[in-house]
Amino acid sequence: MAAIERLRRAVWRVQRALRALGQRRGGARALPFAATAHVLGALGGLLGAGQAQAVDLPEDRAELMYHLYDGGGVRAVGPAVLVRKSLLNKVSLSALYYADIVSNASIDVVTTASPYRETRNEFGVAADYAVRDALITLSAARSTEPDYIANTYNLDVTQEVFAGMTSVSLGFTYGSDEVGRKDLGFFDSAKHWRYRLGLTQILTPRWLATANFEVVSDDGYLGNPYRVALVFGAAVPERVPSTRSSRALRFRVIGEVVPGMSVRGAYRYFWDNWDITAHTFDLGVSRRFGEGWLVDAYARAYRQTDSALFFSDNATAETLYVSRNRQLSKFDSNAIGTQATWTWLRVPGRYEVRLSGLLEYGKTSFSNFTDLRTGRPYSFNATVAQVFVSADF
Amino acid sequence: MRRHFPFLWPALRGALAGIAMTAALGGCAMPEPWVKPYERERLADPLMKIQRDALSAKHLEHVREVREGARGATGVQGGGCGCN
Amino acid sequence: MTTIARLLFTALLAALPAFGANAVVTASTSAPDFTLPSLGGENVRLQEQRGRVVMINFWASWCGPCREEMPHLSRLYEKYRASGFTVLAINIDEDPLKAARLAQQLGMRFPVLLDTGKQVSRTYDLSAMPSTVLVDREGRVRHVHRGYRDGYAETYDRQIRDLLRE
Repeated sequence: MAAIERLRRAVWRVQRALRALGQRRGGARALPFAATAHVLGALGGLLGAGQAQAVDLPEDRAELMYHLYDGGGVRAVGPAVLVRKSLLNKVSLSALYYADIVSNASIDVVTTASPYRETRNEFGVAADYAVRDALITLSAARSTEPDYIANTYNLDVTQEVFAGMTSVSLGFTYGSDEVGRKDLGFFDSAKHWRYRLGLTQILTPRWLATANFEVVSDDGYLGNPYRVALVFGAAVPERVPSTRSSRALRFRVIGEVVPGMSVRGAYRYFWDNWDITAHTFDLGVSRRFGEGWLVDAYARAYRQTDSALFFSDNATAETLYVSRNRQLSKFDSNAIGTQATWTWLRVPGRYEVRLSGLLEYGKTSFSNFTDLRTGRPYSFNATVAQVFVSADF
Repeated sequence: MRRHFPFLWPALRGALAGIAMTAALGGCAMPEPWVKPYERERLADPLMKIQRDALSAKHLEHVREVREGARGATGVQGGGCGCN
Repeated sequence: MTTIARLLFTALLAALPAFGANAVVTASTSAPDFTLPSLGGENVRLQEQRGRVVMINFWASWCGPCREEMPHLSRLYEKYRASGFTVLAINIDEDPLKAARLAQQLGMRFPVLLDTGKQVSRTYDLSAMPSTVLVDREGRVRHVHRGYRDGYAETYDRQIRDLLRE
């Protein structure tokens, strides 16, 4: 009886929180602290119900990676490090460093500006706390470039229910950016809110499915101070709305078809209030080979079927908003990739060291964005590569 | 969603309301967990993990988000950047 | 957030179970008898342990909390075995080799039994991994523990001591 009462009370608190959220029209720009507290309170109430099933803290790990992206005139390389350690079996702390050394000679830069080189550094910390069936994760990250500073704060709660068959997760991200231009310094700001809902369901002893829903809201300076749009053939600084609200829904299935081999497939549907619509298809196969080899192969197809309302390759009217950002245009992007992992050292239950390499090759073709050098629709190829070593201990 | 699937809207709302009511009032009308904890060996295999390498996933997600208009629902929480 | 999101959210949270598992094995029932092969080679039967306090622990190589719990069980075994206490660690891995490797590495001195067919797991209707069942000298189930968290070891110690005193 007590459990059902707790459940009813929790549901009522959740309802109140959602009503508070729904109060704000147009994508809940500012999540009041009260609403978050309600949601957490509801979850806290539920944590009391049900039996004590242990949820695992993420395993201790150290990862070192070198990554590379080369495509469309942009070359970004850099190291990344992740360290995670659990303390007293209650909290797991992690720290992350990620660097992007970018040489940019992309189509925009080449046709409207001059190539440049800069470094972006990102630092992040996170804490995972296990409470009975739930895992609470708090994290923060700071990314700095000469003309852009982004601060991000995340809160995620994952709760195992239904004897561990189902796992429900809620997440919230708040981002606060400072936008600048090299010659002007920092002149504006942007804020972002993300709300995530995730569900992982065990279907059979060999199959599981996940569903994810995420709402993203942006407010502030959302354009690029260096980018120009074309209006009647003349270059003007782009004019981009100061708000954006988007939703994404993704379904994924993972299964072991034969012992030692798994397949996965996913589909994501994206839509926003800039009128962009996109479909993402993912397919992957993973297989064990011999003693300690694990090979993955994957394919990804991305279709941005509707460009932004105000996107124009060369505008033939004066509109309030206009942008030539190819990211907002209509395009197809296909990629195939493979990853090979070799277990180098292994003591079961103690530690494991793995070496991995990933290689991806992709092609992006635009429908309504032209290459000003040739006058034809623009397209480019891209290569992504990673080498990394991971140690679980 | 409402804009793109208008016919689905009232049906979905009704269905979900129904589920919520039944679950809340019925309480324990849920089926028994059909995959027992001792049958989860294959699901614990690294092959079946949703995300094996965090840094690798973060980099790939960053590469995509910077070049595409879509974002979100991937399960990778990243930071922001001025990579417009 | 739209109405659909609100409803989905509420439905999901409302569907969270507020019930316990319908266990066949509950306190004060007779522990179902079984005979299983052990890593040492010979078969071990539960009924033959009458007169001793038995801790039946279900574990697997792929279960993190099981590995964490093992050193505590070894410690309790060494402490109370002279007083008539034993541990039967039933492994449910599909591949017994993994069990053997891990047992050797974790230094498990008590009998490790193999339930590859999961028959005993089904009989005992495990609802969590690991599961620990404490059986008294008369073969009756006295305590059932699901999962493993910090502090369980102290509870085991206390319960074993009480059962040994009877």
